[in-house]
Order: sequence, then structure tokens, then C-alpha cells
Amino acid sequence: MDEDDLLEPDRSTAQDRRAELSLGALVFAVLALLLAMFAFVLHEGWPSFAHNGLGWFGGGGSVDQQIQAIFTSGDLKTTPVYTFHAWPLIWGTILITAGAVVIAFVSSLFVAVFLVEFSPEWLRRMLDPVVRLLASVPSIVYGLAGVLVIVPLIGNHLITETEKASVTPAIQLSGASVLAAVLILTVMIAPIMIAVFADGLRAVPRGWLEGSLALGINPWRTFWKVGVRTARPALIAGTVLATARALGEAIMLSLVSGGVPFAPNPADGFPIFLFEPTQTLAATIIRNGDQLDSPPMKHTLYAIAAVLLFSAAMLSLIGWAAKQPMRRYGVVA
Amino acid sequence: MSTAITASARRHERPTASWRLTDRLGLGLAWLLGLLFCAIAGAIVVFFLIEGVRYLRPALLVTNPVAGVSQGETGGFLDPLLGTVIIGAMAMAIAIPVGVAIAVWLSEFGRPTLMARVAESAIEMMAGEPAVVLALFGLTLFELPALGFLSQTSHGVVLGQSFFAAAALLSLVGLPLVVASTREGLQAIPAHVREASYALGKTKIATTRRVLLPAARPSVITGSMLGLGRVIGDTAIVLLLLGGTLTFQPANSTPVLGVLRGTGDTLTGYMYYNSPAGDGNSHSKAYAAAFVLMLIVLALNLGVDVVVRRSRRAVRWS
Repeated sequence: MDEDDLLEPDRSTAQDRRAELSLGALVFAVLALLLAMFAFVLHEGWPSFAHNGLGWFGGGGSVDQQIQAIFTSGDLKTTPVYTFHAWPLIWGTILITAGAVVIAFVSSLFVAVFLVEFSPEWLRRMLDPVVRLLASVPSIVYGLAGVLVIVPLIGNHLITETEKASVTPAIQLSGASVLAAVLILTVMIAPIMIAVFADGLRAVPRGWLEGSLALGINPWRTFWKVGVRTARPALIAGTVLATARALGEAIMLSLVSGGVPFAPNPADGFPIFLFEPTQTLAATIIRNGDQLDSPPMKHTLYAIAAVLLFSAAMLSLIGWAAKQPMRRYGVVA
Repeated sequence: MSTAITASARRHERPTASWRLTDRLGLGLAWLLGLLFCAIAGAIVVFFLIEGVRYLRPALLVTNPVAGVSQGETGGFLDPLLGTVIIGAMAMAIAIPVGVAIAVWLSEFGRPTLMARVAESAIEMMAGEPAVVLALFGLTLFELPALGFLSQTSHGVVLGQSFFAAAALLSLVGLPLVVASTREGLQAIPAHVREASYALGKTKIATTRRVLLPAARPSVITGSMLGLGRVIGDTAIVLLLLGGTLTFQPANSTPVLGVLRGTGDTLTGYMYYNSPAGDGNSHSKAYAAAFVLMLIVLALNLGVDVVVRRSRRAVRWS
């Protein structure tokens, strides 16, 4: 009997310990898999970085020709070619992502404020599910609408013949452009931002807002100065999430941005510059994903993947760091 | 409740005329952008509704894609539709158990603390990882001879493209959503519920299994549906890892395993094939597939709504 009393709690804790160990092992395995992926992508991409040095991130030459040379050098029994200058792709990615995130951030903030505080009740009840639906619509659907509707619209109506003629020897302006990409990407990531922003704004304690109102501050100023500031962590979280989506978007952007690895040149003049096609880093991986059997090509694609992975990790780190000082004041929204 | 401010403002007939110009401009801009968003959202929904109703024929749902010269001969998208279902089921079969286990560990155990912090940020980071990178990694991973039994082998070279490969990588896409939602649900359960169970002599794991997980079931379901939505909407992994062959190409004649080891396609892959960038380039088929995909996503969203609403009505801890 004594033994039973002593064994009973022991057995139960042993059960717990076993469960904790096996769950912990699973978590550890997933972490190890992620780490392995990071290491593997870096390792596979290294030859491309090593051969090009910092020139990898620079410009020079046509990316299309470089990729062609890299690919064919893997097939022949010659020395593999690694020369790759990714600046047009990087510039295209920065341009499209930054453009879409900036536009989407400003408009999503206003829409979220409107949705949470100033819209009529019936409109809010209708829009809440719509925002969530749009946030979960697959990107290829947006890409399809973009390439079949927006791109021809831009190509046929926005771009004039003289504009087309002015850049003709270098590139063709078909409508698949930075502008189309930014527009579609904005529409795609705005619902994600609005959903996260609105959640954060809704979590602002009513008392804080009422305190401001009691001081005679008008509703708009109250919500802008108290509500939006309190929800800053949510603003950061939403922006980071949306930027990560934008950065990693491959298919949709390869459809609407033209798929030409060309660096849009601001010196070409303001509207024309937006009509020029480009290609993003992620889209390049998709376009050449079937050429992995050529070793130098594989290393080059993995180098691109490493840049994307690193950017995504940095983004997540920045979001985390930006939230830290706010956490101290107990601002959790 | 959140209309309190505007409602009170209206009650007291406070005219915005006394506001500063910037405040009035801000409010005006909020209304403008809010209504613009409504217009865009409405346009998107109406556009796909019209195109979908215009091009979707029942025959498309029950016939397979075939090579053909004209629109009428290229068949429908039965196999891609089934592919979407298979891929979604397989990916979530991995993501849900693993995701729930990770969430339980994070919320109920979480020792050593350092590992918990690392795991937390890693899962968060995973949600932001580009799917293309996952796809590229998966392609190399499943080309390993040791994993050849999961895909096809021809002339000693492992193809690395199969339902198994795509589902394994897609489960990583759905995983963060399952973890986040489940964890939130577990943390919303007050501590005294756990303590009551411990006081009855239950172990921690028994408490988790019998008390906490049933209570957090709505969160698990919500997370799973959101994850499933992401999984079936992904195109990059499907294109690279599923092979993008329009119909099922079984690896061998084994009934189920043969298909799963073989290549196929999903609705998203079919849409890409029928977009101007693909070989099919048939707008009507792409719109029809997009409509079906949107209906699936809409159903998942409604499912989440129902689950959330029902859980709100359920027992309150107090």
C-alpha cells in the first residue's frame, strides 16, 4: 500500500515527462529542419556568390543572357559559367515591393480606422467578412485578373504611342509593367494589412479613447492620436506580414510585371518609367525552376533564394525588434 | 460598442465644422478610402462571379484536361480539382497534428525558455518565408536517392516531383497558421481550469488531452481552415514540386500509392497553365477554375465564421 501511494505520483510525472520530451523533440525537429534549410540554401548558393563577389548585387550586362550562359555551361562539358549580376532583379523587387507596401500601408490604415470607428454599422458588418475573404484569395486569382484585365487596360489606354516609340529599341511597353505589378500587389496585400490593423485597433481600451473625448478632443483626433498610436505593434505586425508576402510573391508578379529582367530607369521620365516591365527575384526562380539539372544554374537559383530567405528573416527580426520598446509599456494590441 | 464615439458625436449634434482642417481632411480621406475599398472589393467579387457563371459548365467539372486544338476539345479540370482536394488533405494531415503538438508544447510546457523563444520566432519567421524558396528546397530534398520511394525514378535518377513532395512542403505553409491559432486558443483558457484538473490528480498531459484541447477545438479548426486556404491557394510549390502535368500521372499501377507518388496538378496550377504565361492560354477555362477555387475559399471562410460564432456561444469560463 505504501508502495502504491509512492508510485502513483511517480508514474504520473513520468508520463508527463515522456510527453514533454516527445513534444519537445518534435519542436526541436521542426527547428532543425528550418535551420537545415537555411544552411542548405546558403551552402548551395555559395558558389554563385563566391564567383561574383559583391558584383552579384551589382548591375552590368543582360540578366537574360547571363542566365542563358549559366544554364548552357552546365550542359556542356566546359568550365561552368557563374557570371551573374542581379541588380535589375533586385531593383525590380525593391521597386514593386516598396511601392505596393507604401501605398497599401497608408490606405489600409485609413480603411482600418474607417472600418473600426467611423463606418456605419451595416457597412462594417458587410465589410468584415469581405476583408477576410479578400485576404485569403489565392494570389494566382489576382494575377489572372491582373494579366487579363489590368495589363491590357494599361497597355491600350494609358501608354501612348509616342511613349512606346521612345523606348522601342530597348524594350517594348505592352502594359505588363511596374505600375500593373504595384497596383495588383497593393490590392493583394491591403486586405491582409486591414485585417491585422483592424484587430489591433479594436483591442484599444475604450477607456483610453473616452478619456481623450472627455477632454474635448474631437473623435477623429482622439482615434488618430490615441487609438492608432496604441495599436502600433499591430501596425508593425501587419506591415511585416504583408511585406513578407509581397517579397515572396512569385507567380502573380511573373504574370503581371512582364517577366523581362530589365531595370526600370527613373531617368526615362516619370510616367514611362512606371510602364516599363521588370522581373522580381522570386519570379526568376519560378521561371527557371525547371533548369536545376544544370549545376551552375542550380547554384545561381539558390543564391537568389538565399537573398530572399535572408530578407524575409531580417524583416521578421525588424518587426520583432520594433515591437520590443512598446512591449515595455504594456502596449499589447 | 465600437461605434460609441461616432454615435455620441452624432447624438450631441457636434458639427465637424468646428474641427481643424487637417482633422476634417483626415476623416474625409478615411471615408473616401473606405468607400474606394468597398468599390474595389465589390468589383473583384462581381467580376469573378460574372466570369465564373459565364464560363463554368458542369461538364468542366467532370472531364479531364486533354490536348486539343480548339477550346471545345481541351476538356475540363476534374483531375486538378481532385488534386487540390488530395493536396489539401495530405498537407493538413501533416500540418494539423504537428501544429497542435507545437502549440501545446509552446503554451503548456515551453522549457527551456530559450528554446521556446527561438521556436516562437522561428514559427513566426516561417509564416513569412517565400513559398518559392520552400519549393526550391523541396525539389532538391526529394531528389535525394534516399527519398526516391516518395516519387518516381527513371534511369536511376529520382524525379523528386510527387504529391508526397508537394504536400510535405505545403504543410510547412499551413503549419504557422495552425500553431498561431491553436496557441491563442490554449492561452485564452484561464489557469484555474488547469488547476482544477490538477487538483483532481490528473497529469499535465491528461489535462491537455481531455480538458484543454477540447476547449480549444474551435481555435484548432479555425487555424486549420485558414491554413488549408493558404495551402490550396499556393502555386509556386505546386508548379515546381507537383510536376504540373495536367492529369494524374501515376508512378506505377499501385492503386493509391501510385497516384500519390506520381505527378499531377491542382486548380492553381491549372489556372497558371491557362493564363497567358502558360501553354494552355485559355481565358475561359482559367476563369472557370478561378471561380471554383474562390468558391472553395469562400466556403472555408464561412466555415471559420460558423466555428467562431458557435464557440462564442459556448461555455464561458468564469
